[in-house]
Amino acid sequence: MNSATLRKIAAPVITIVAVLAIWEFLVWFYQLPNFRMASPSDLIPAFVRYWDLFLIKSWETLWRTVVGLGLAVVFGTLLGMVMGFSRIAREGLYPLLVGFNAIPKATVVPIVALMFVGQHDFNTILIAFMISFFPIAVSVSIGLSTLEPEYRDILRSLGASNFTIFWKIALPKTLPEFFGALKVAVTLAFIGTNLMEIVSPHGRGLGDLFDSGRISADYPLMFAVLFALAALGIFLFYIVVFLERIFAGWAERAPN
Amino acid sequence: MTSPFQIELRDVTHAYRTDAGPLPVLDKLSIRMEKNSFTAVVGPSGCGKSTLTRLVSGLMRPDEGEVWLSGQRVTSPRPTVGMAFQNPVLLEWRTILQNVMLPLEIVSTGMSKSEQVDRAMGLLKLVGLEGFEEKRPSELSGGMRQRASLCRSLVHNPEVLILDEPFGALDAFTREDLWQTMHDLREIEPFTCLLITHDLRESVFLADQVVVMSGRPAHAQYTMDVDISGKRTLDDLYTPKAVEMLAILRHQIQVAQGRASSVDAPLDGHPTKAEIGAGA
Repeated sequence: MNSATLRKIAAPVITIVAVLAIWEFLVWFYQLPNFRMASPSDLIPAFVRYWDLFLIKSWETLWRTVVGLGLAVVFGTLLGMVMGFSRIAREGLYPLLVGFNAIPKATVVPIVALMFVGQHDFNTILIAFMISFFPIAVSVSIGLSTLEPEYRDILRSLGASNFTIFWKIALPKTLPEFFGALKVAVTLAFIGTNLMEIVSPHGRGLGDLFDSGRISADYPLMFAVLFALAALGIFLFYIVVFLERIFAGWAERAPN
Repeated sequence: MTSPFQIELRDVTHAYRTDAGPLPVLDKLSIRMEKNSFTAVVGPSGCGKSTLTRLVSGLMRPDEGEVWLSGQRVTSPRPTVGMAFQNPVLLEWRTILQNVMLPLEIVSTGMSKSEQVDRAMGLLKLVGLEGFEEKRPSELSGGMRQRASLCRSLVHNPEVLILDEPFGALDAFTREDLWQTMHDLREIEPFTCLLITHDLRESVFLADQVVVMSGRPAHAQYTMDVDISGKRTLDDLYTPKAVEMLAILRHQIQVAQGRASSVDAPLDGHPTKAEIGAGA
């Protein structure tokens, strides 16, 4: 292992350990009871006791988040394409989209839960989708609408079709913006899934585990759920980073 | 009726539609270019020079008048044209070689894959980019990127090369290097070239014919034949004859800008071989 790889792994690990140590110290120093602030060492028993539940609930949260995000990617990209290529569509859709995005999704949860009573997985995916497609649509539309005309002209002057121009130039050129938005969207989708799980409890996902911690006054469990959520978020985020390296690695400048 | 010229613009008139009403840019512009000749078009800023390139390449159609290319009316883009712009517009996600080969993915040339690679590599070698095939555009200097862009515009063997100020953003030495490269390229494989430029020295050094466009709406105000025989070198720009040609062109630009009247002779008493262009 060379020093660069070592640094890449060691730096975040040391930072996390340091933060946990400070946290532990502060809780001990102020002698906080665990219903006010659980310390990291309180969480270990919670994880040990409920590890099977953590696995099941994490999986429920994870797959619904990923499906919602997947839908957001497809829909957001299509919408972004429409807005990127057509000025009328852009001008017409923007206020609507901004307005929709401004609505706190926590207020939408009960509405969705009533609209599709009992369709818990569907509802959860729907909220994850609704909260995360906006940045994707906006970034794709900006990427496409700011394509310099010369880029289009070099292919158009050879008689290339609009589809060829999109496929060979517009699409790859938009990938860095797309992945930037996807990094935002991936955490948003998580928030969406958990909103549904917590605001409209239906016995699934980490949100449900959080809720049962709240009901049974098991505060270390609630904190442990937050940790599990953070871990899942990091996991998904780095999958996106990995994909970005593969598909848009060219946009990253070599370090000088 | 057809056109015996490689490129002919016949009384081309064009206006852009803007919010403030139509903006006329070209007014009965006529230019003729022989096969394998080199024409440079100079003129004041905003006189419609870039519009001219878009009309010849078929990216746009004129309101009135006709554009002919290889004996055919231009109504849409055609693969026998190559284009390069001031911005080299290389695709950052492709290597230099893949960038140069881009037109071959659109235009069918009947070349096999290995012939295509050979063709692209040959051009890269010609412009001095040998060894940079696998680099990304971001790793190259501005001049090198422009060289790669030139290779891309020529890789599909176009009959006509249209250059819209390709050397405009380069430093003086790089620019002069590239002028020489242009001569080298034409010597090896002849093509008809239409160059838009702001640089009068560039126009005289490269072209067989320099067209001065008038201010907007533009017509061909003045046409000068550049008859420097033999292989041109930069020294040819400092002969009395070249200096005189530059003085005439400078004067014509001032006329086009409305800063001088056409009766003021640029150099007293010197008759010139230049002829007043059509439509002037």
